[in-house]
Amino acid sequence: MSGEAILTRNFARSDSHTLSVYRETGGYQAWAKAQAMEPAAILEEVKRSNLRGLGGAGFPTGTKWSFIPKNHAGPVYLVINADEGEPGTFKDRYLLERDPHALIEGMLIAARAVRCATAFVYIRGEYVEPWRRFTAAVREAYEARYLGNGFDIVVHRGAGAYICGEETGLISSLEGKKGWPKLKPPFPAIKGAFGAPTVVNNVETICQVPHILNRGAEWFAGLGTKTQGGTRMYSVSGRVARPAVYEAPVSITLRQLIYERAGGVTGNGKLKAVVPGGSSAAILAAHEIDVTMDVDGLRNAGTMAGSAGVIVMDETVSIPEALMVVARFYAHESCGQCTPCRESTGWIYKMTRRIVERKGRKEDLDTILDVAKRGAGTTICAFYDGAVGPYISYIEKFRGEFEALVPK
Amino acid sequence: MPKLTINGKEIEVPAGTNLIEAARRLGVEVPHYCYHPGLSIAGQCRLCMVDIEKTPRPTIACNTLAADGMVVDTETDRVRETRKSIMEFHLINHPLDCPVCDQAGECWLQIYYMKHGLYDPRMTDEKVHKPKAVPLGPHVMLDAERCILCSRCVRFCDEITHTGELGIFSRGDHSEIGLFPGQELDNKYSANVVDICPVGALTDRDFRFQVRVWYLDSAKSVCPGCARGCNIEVHVNRRRPHHNEGRRVARLKPRFNADVNRWWLCDAGRYGFTPVDATDRLLVPTRRDGEATTAATWDEAIAAVAAALRRWPADEIGVIASPKMANEDLMALRRVLEARAIRHVGFAVPSREPGDQDDFLIRADKSPNSLGAELVGLGGDARPVLAAASGRRLKCLWIFGHDLFGSGWPEADVREALGAVDTLIFTGANANRTSARAHWVLPAAAWVEREGTYTNFEGRVQRFRQAVEPLGQALPEWQMLGRVLTALGAAPTATRAEHWFRELVGAVPAFAGLTYQAVGDTGRLVTRDVPARA
Repeated sequence: MSGEAILTRNFARSDSHTLSVYRETGGYQAWAKAQAMEPAAILEEVKRSNLRGLGGAGFPTGTKWSFIPKNHAGPVYLVINADEGEPGTFKDRYLLERDPHALIEGMLIAARAVRCATAFVYIRGEYVEPWRRFTAAVREAYEARYLGNGFDIVVHRGAGAYICGEETGLISSLEGKKGWPKLKPPFPAIKGAFGAPTVVNNVETICQVPHILNRGAEWFAGLGTKTQGGTRMYSVSGRVARPAVYEAPVSITLRQLIYERAGGVTGNGKLKAVVPGGSSAAILAAHEIDVTMDVDGLRNAGTMAGSAGVIVMDETVSIPEALMVVARFYAHESCGQCTPCRESTGWIYKMTRRIVERKGRKEDLDTILDVAKRGAGTTICAFYDGAVGPYISYIEKFRGEFEALVPK
Repeated sequence: MPKLTINGKEIEVPAGTNLIEAARRLGVEVPHYCYHPGLSIAGQCRLCMVDIEKTPRPTIACNTLAADGMVVDTETDRVRETRKSIMEFHLINHPLDCPVCDQAGECWLQIYYMKHGLYDPRMTDEKVHKPKAVPLGPHVMLDAERCILCSRCVRFCDEITHTGELGIFSRGDHSEIGLFPGQELDNKYSANVVDICPVGALTDRDFRFQVRVWYLDSAKSVCPGCARGCNIEVHVNRRRPHHNEGRRVARLKPRFNADVNRWWLCDAGRYGFTPVDATDRLLVPTRRDGEATTAATWDEAIAAVAAALRRWPADEIGVIASPKMANEDLMALRRVLEARAIRHVGFAVPSREPGDQDDFLIRADKSPNSLGAELVGLGGDARPVLAAASGRRLKCLWIFGHDLFGSGWPEADVREALGAVDTLIFTGANANRTSARAHWVLPAAAWVEREGTYTNFEGRVQRFRQAVEPLGQALPEWQMLGRVLTALGAAPTATRAEHWFRELVGAVPAFAGLTYQAVGDTGRLVTRDVPARA
């Protein structure tokens, strides 16, 4: 199953990022169409398309837009989350580098739907080339008068913190504050960036919008499953023959993605485990990969679609070492605001490191599991729950490997 | 007004009340660290979890407003387990150095561990190390390892003083409180961060290592540092006299009063207690004859003062009262003045430098009872009294507390005036250049050594209580004045400050209806239109 390339259709062209190529391939036609539509009609179309957020949480996009108060007197903001930082995920950088006008056109349409006059694009600080390409495209769009007629885009660069990819952490950072997630309620749709109603959407999510308007909600919904429409971009990395970004309908299975698209498993050739949705997703063992890659399919399998970062591990990969690396990441990136996350990410990393260094104790594994379960669900944002996914699944599914490292 | 149920009890609370405050009204304590009623909601310590019916998991009470029909339980098994977990998280990197920590005994880590923790510690790995004993400013010391990052101090500097010296730096378990580059925590209210710090992270550089808190006794009092009259607690060290460098007063702490100072106290007031235990305290009545100063008994001193007041005609006697005296003292003084029909009376002496004032607590008038003195009827400006002395129209001058040489009056004028009277009487707690020239010195008890009331600039009458015994033979002014009054022929009446307060209530309409009981711990306004004062 290969399917039609939609988001990635121009990626092979060296000048795909330019306005001329974008126009040649039908660019800005959806915007022309949207201008003739009522905002409510755009919102309805996106709702019916079953488009779900592709940044991680998988929230229905049209529903998110509908939370913006209809007759708000002050400004409403659209914020694009281009702070792609989930380990194993590198799709948004491709979109920013190779099809930046798709994002701009999607933003024009989304802004019309929520009556927004100023939008922000928060780009991960390390993404230098994507930032250059995107700002060049914004300049082109201004020159071509797509922008500047009542709708402006402000490009903002991050400074290197994973937590700034969390919706409200991003808003704090955008406001010039420390990138700490905000207490909810109030939710961003009511009180977001600079106190105004705000929609935060992922790059890939917004890039889907022009296609939905061009080809219709039914077409888009038909590409996916009953609860999620369209295709999405899977970042496949690790022990596969062809690590890359693959676009596929969300109904593709993990097995198809690994063996049919990415060329199968390398290393010793035998699959041990797969992380299906970025580092925060629970790990799947080799026998669990006959699962569809949509939000609900992976949720039913006890993990999550997340950012669709697929990390493949063959039998030579040490799961305890992999968990130590993941635990080090979460300890390093915890923003430090909520006590359970701040304190236990560091503690759990120390325990995993000790286990890998063969200084572990038998009770360490149960302590990690207990600490993770106690901390889960107690914090302001989803960061800690994202760390708990790997903590628990790596140990529960590969406990023998951990125990083998504990000195007798 | 939403009506909700907490632990099976119904309660109606004003709209906008959060669940911590709603529970507090029922006497139910929801443990918390980052929440403070005077600051914005941070919601980051995660300790104040409660169960709300139809909510899938425990919710923080600080950020949840009471809603009609809400059913809250603060003591479910899963809430208790969550609290225990959160306590463990708070403590895994804490140094557990209670034996050498000043906060021990009033530390919310200790209190909540005993109430809600009591788990077996599991953390055996190396703790995170952070800076210790870091001076943040003149009054506050930081131990970053003890800090639980509740951010109360940061929010205080952002939201209350608007000075923004503090921030939280770094991430994860390396996060720490610190100063922004080039900043010092030296605003006029800086030491409040020590009060609101729930743990031993921020300690008071003055109080540090002086005395363990469980040896302290406490008395409800009022700060005498300015006309605001911030409510305070005086913490005294009576039980370990060899500690605290011999000082009896160990520290002052703000005491909540919604109408006066809320939770706060300025640094000037907080550290303004040093004269109480200073070496210049006046301890016994003394008489000066030429250069020779000799101790006298109270009987001799009272007799001498009464004799002086009787000896000279009333219009040859002047009195400069003090706005630092309590209402009771001022009433007793008024009776003495009435007994001899003395008319050269004033209490207001200008300060050398104008007092600072802000739009928060600090008042330019650095006396606690100027309005009281005015209401009791002890005149106002004392300059005419000084002028009468300079003009050799006074034979006897009685000065309460003031050091006229340190005032805004020219020194030459003061010298001339004091030199022109036959009998100079001084009453006060501490020696100064004015007392040094007095023929009779009557030692007064300091404000912490007695009780009384002050009337603040808004007309609020507030009680202060005795915290320690007077030093030496010092007496409250009302008491020595009562004895003078008896010596002048009046029947002895008051044996307690309260008696003078009753006398005041009967004599001054503004105080009508007030009693010590009514004034209570939070004060009562006098019943009249308070004149607008600068």
